[in-house]
Amino acid sequence: MLKSKTKLLQLFVTLSACAFLLVPTILSVMAGLTANYFKGISSGLTLKWVYQVWELYADSIFLSMWLALACLICTLLIGLPAAYGLARHPGWLSRLLEEFISLPLAVPGLALALALLQLYGSMKGFRVSWTFILVGHVLYTLPFMVRSILAVLAAMDLKTLEEGAASLGASPWQRFRDIVVPNAMPGILAGALTVVTLSIGEFNLTWMLHTPTSKRFPWGLPTAMLLCAWKLPRPIRSSFS
Amino acid sequence: MNNRTFVMACLTPLLVFSLAFLALPLIRLFLASGEGDAGWAVYLDILRKPRYLNTLILTVLVSLATTFAALAVSTTAGMFLVRNRFRGRGSLLAVLTLPLAFPGVVIGFLIILLGGRQGLVNQITPGHVVFAYSALGLFLGYLYFSIPRVLLTVMAAAEKLDPALEEAARTMGANPYSVMKDVIIPGLMPSLIASGAIAFATAMGAFGTAFTLATNIDVIPMVIYTEFTLSANIAMASALSIVLGIITWILLLIARSLTGSTVAGGG
Repeated sequence: MLKSKTKLLQLFVTLSACAFLLVPTILSVMAGLTANYFKGISSGLTLKWVYQVWELYADSIFLSMWLALACLICTLLIGLPAAYGLARHPGWLSRLLEEFISLPLAVPGLALALALLQLYGSMKGFRVSWTFILVGHVLYTLPFMVRSILAVLAAMDLKTLEEGAASLGASPWQRFRDIVVPNAMPGILAGALTVVTLSIGEFNLTWMLHTPTSKRFPWGLPTAMLLCAWKLPRPIRSSFS
Repeated sequence: MNNRTFVMACLTPLLVFSLAFLALPLIRLFLASGEGDAGWAVYLDILRKPRYLNTLILTVLVSLATTFAALAVSTTAGMFLVRNRFRGRGSLLAVLTLPLAFPGVVIGFLIILLGGRQGLVNQITPGHVVFAYSALGLFLGYLYFSIPRVLLTVMAAAEKLDPALEEAARTMGANPYSVMKDVIIPGLMPSLIASGAIAFATAMGAFGTAFTLATNIDVIPMVIYTEFTLSANIAMASALSIVLGIITWILLLIARSLTGSTVAGGG
């Protein structure tokens, strides 16, 4: 009897937590779809607000998408070779470098943004362009890409594969292209999904680094973002553990 | 090109990027913190001036409250989900890990929908109940993004906990509370410390949520923001950033040494 009472309490806590997380999300979607939020659901459902967000923020949405894509390309160009280099040379120096580039995960985005602003704030051309925000996003998402690829490369016998290819006369570049990249593909895909999701949802760095000429207000479209976020938690979840 | 040069060439983009956009800016940030009127005493000012000290205390208190609430809720829910298999378990897990992908600003917005002036609680309860912009609202916002982070870490540890230990304790006559206190909690302790550190560090550094909710109260990220943008007190903003960064970095280092996994801050 006591045991089932404990279970009941556990179930109650679990369901309350679910309600706490789910109710505001539903409210947000409802607010996005209700004709008059102040009157409530009785005023009818409409897609008017979604259209309005689209009209008002379409260019912001495209800029966000473009930024996420550019961020993905940058993290791939920097992260893929770097993960390979780190996997080929395990040692304290590689550990240290990996630790260092993971710093943006631990340090609040606000502090990083402040640091970037102070060093590059005087470079007007760079400061007001969207590439400044891009740098912030790459800084924040790069460790996810590197770690995700590194985890895959560390789990296989890269050295033997490469030695085999080298004994058949493959150049370092050929080995990288034909052995490392195809084998690292699961890590690359997982990393890419994480990078794009995080870049689209990133606010802290963006808000600090943004200037009126490169507008990007993620909070103009919370409902749209919620719908996106709903579909994408899985890759993030897997990269957290 | 021989093998060694090729590997070095692979690492070059990363080295250049992290030197230019991580190492140098952080050094600049550190130097800037000592360039104000107070010099390096700016770090003492954080503790001496009531405005900063009170904010620091409030931030720590809200973060601590969030950490313990998230630990209590997530451990209970996590143990329940690990030990029981039932229909709808997957959906519950999906709901509980949902906020992982939400940016902090969206979470702030959700709390306003819940406890703002037009919020659900104000509408369905008699009287005027608005808590979104108080410390309670901030606490709920932080709790919102802490629950999934703690839950995942605790569940991973609970999967490895041997149910036979609990059964043994029960056959020897232990009641559920002593099983919880003497078997489950000690078994989960490393993951509880780790996820607690993560929750605390994330709450300390959360800017997005604070930005939407902290209109009447001040927390450290908001003070950094206002010192920098409104007062142009760059030295103090830098010093606070460095203190905050060191606190969160050390906490996450502890967390990782206990569980070996990485979790992003943010929120």
